[in-house]
Amino acid sequence: MSYLKISNLTVNIAGTSARLLRDVSLNVEAGEVHGLVGESGAGKSMIGKAVLGTLPRAIEIVSGAIELDGTDLLKLSPAEHRKRLGQSCALIPQDPLTALNPSRRIGPQITDRLTDILGWDTKHARERAAELLDEVQIPDPQRVLCSYPHELSGGMRQRILIASAFAAEPKLIVADEPTTALDVTVQKQILKLIKDMQQRHNTALLFVTHDLGVVSKICQSLSVLYAGMVVEATDVRSFFREPAHAYSRALLAATPKYTDPEASLTPVPEEVIAAVRAEVEAADQRLRHG
Amino acid sequence: MQILRSLLFRLASTAVTLVGVAVIVFFVIRVVPGDPIAMMLPPGATEEDIARLTALYGLDKSIPEQFFIWAGGVLQGDFGTSITARRPVLDLVLGRLPATLELSIMALVIAVILGGVAALTGTRERGTKVEAGIDVANGMALSVPDFLWALILILLFGVAWPVFHISGRVTPSLDLPFVTNFYLFESLLRLRFDLWADIVSHMFMPALALAIPLAAIIGQLLKQSLKETMHLDYVTLSRTKGYGENHVIIREALPNAILPTLTLVGVQFTFLIGGTVIIERLFSYEGLGNMAIDAVINRDLPLIQGIVILFAVIFTVVNLVVDLTYALLNPRLRHA
Repeated sequence: MSYLKISNLTVNIAGTSARLLRDVSLNVEAGEVHGLVGESGAGKSMIGKAVLGTLPRAIEIVSGAIELDGTDLLKLSPAEHRKRLGQSCALIPQDPLTALNPSRRIGPQITDRLTDILGWDTKHARERAAELLDEVQIPDPQRVLCSYPHELSGGMRQRILIASAFAAEPKLIVADEPTTALDVTVQKQILKLIKDMQQRHNTALLFVTHDLGVVSKICQSLSVLYAGMVVEATDVRSFFREPAHAYSRALLAATPKYTDPEASLTPVPEEVIAAVRAEVEAADQRLRHG
Repeated sequence: MQILRSLLFRLASTAVTLVGVAVIVFFVIRVVPGDPIAMMLPPGATEEDIARLTALYGLDKSIPEQFFIWAGGVLQGDFGTSITARRPVLDLVLGRLPATLELSIMALVIAVILGGVAALTGTRERGTKVEAGIDVANGMALSVPDFLWALILILLFGVAWPVFHISGRVTPSLDLPFVTNFYLFESLLRLRFDLWADIVSHMFMPALALAIPLAAIIGQLLKQSLKETMHLDYVTLSRTKGYGENHVIIREALPNAILPTLTLVGVQFTFLIGGTVIIERLFSYEGLGNMAIDAVINRDLPLIQGIVILFAVIFTVVNLVVDLTYALLNPRLRHA
């Protein structure tokens, strides 16, 4: 049974008919890593935000359901919704340089959820935070817990954010391009760290990325998005062996390969774009009349 | 060590500023027309009387010479003698200082509360009619200067609906047991709440008049920086932890958004203190500002100099306090 089940989710800019997500459905099994791929603006991050209830105020969910372990989050009151998310979900943000509050020490930023939302006592939460920092291979955790974010490097901060995400043993973590803002050398380590942590804690992961190479390393299944619509949802092995949709094939062809960098940089062909646009129009028609 | 050095530097530059202020004031009030001696003597005084009085106050010497005599006294704590009151300037000025300090601080507190509530509410209700209402109120508060607010408040709450006192600092018939001139604080310390209520009732209108424009500035700037902060990743992250809007605004956004407002409040607070001159006059409040106007009218040169120097000291102290608070609130500066 799926842990996260999104069905027919449609999202608009509030008060207009401008669609940002079109009839999106996807399932993430417990302990599974599900990739969300697509070009910039395809709506990858929007899905993550909808799940975590952090959509901007100017954006409204028109229809659909987001079920977490059988409960439709959209039917909960705002307070229940927040509590539910605090208990069972977490976010690994994109940019470690802006995701820690510059005027608060690291320790409380990891433990606040444990003490305030889950009701742990301070000492226990503090020990847990130190353990987690150790688990993400940060040397001298006690010192780091008392530091301010500006005293730490970008790679360290991303490790802290990963530790913080796993702190409450959530069942689902949304990782929003967690390696994009990092140096290439650090990217690989962080990706491996996320994978290790995910396997050790058996956490489901909704992994937003535009990098198919990352998908092949960490995901078991994926959804390909175009203009807020899922054009293909499949498991990773069959996606890389025989992508079903023309747009998926074009995306794969556009991925640079180290062996032949010149030849592999193929833009998505015009006719593929035209075809997928037609599908988007058809989806809009269905939504308008359904 | 670093802090000590920057503090010493600040003190040195403060001293230079004060010397500059002293020089300018001293020369300007002697160059502009108006003769203190002429104000003191009845019409028909003889040339001889005038010359005698001028010599008595040392006004027959050249201006630079007068300056060095005066500056020498100041360095020994002697600010001269008021021409009209015939008492030491320092006693007069320090006697009035508490009244003006209490009024300014009360105005600052009112401004911070009003502006803070407006900013927090506006941020919480951003994009709604409530925020639009707050913006309109802010604009109105800002486009009317403090002395006009004073007149409006006098008409509303002193004349049309007399709930507050609009004249003086305390009801004259009351028996005051105070040993200092900090009436507001001392009445609290002595637990004399009857006196305290009377003093607050006298101070509230002038303090509010001073506070309204500053409250609008605080409200506008703080709301602006809060709204910018609300988009940042750490605020979003805090939301995903299960925190509600109030917590997110106050604990995550406010500590960072408050820094630019703090700098501005420091600068604006010095303007507010400047504003007390006219406001105290309008409410017949016995503070430094009121005394300053009398001193100017009477050409009481030593008293004018004393008051201006005191205002300059207050301004520099306020700026120093703001800088220190800024460093205290911003961890990135604390260690630097």
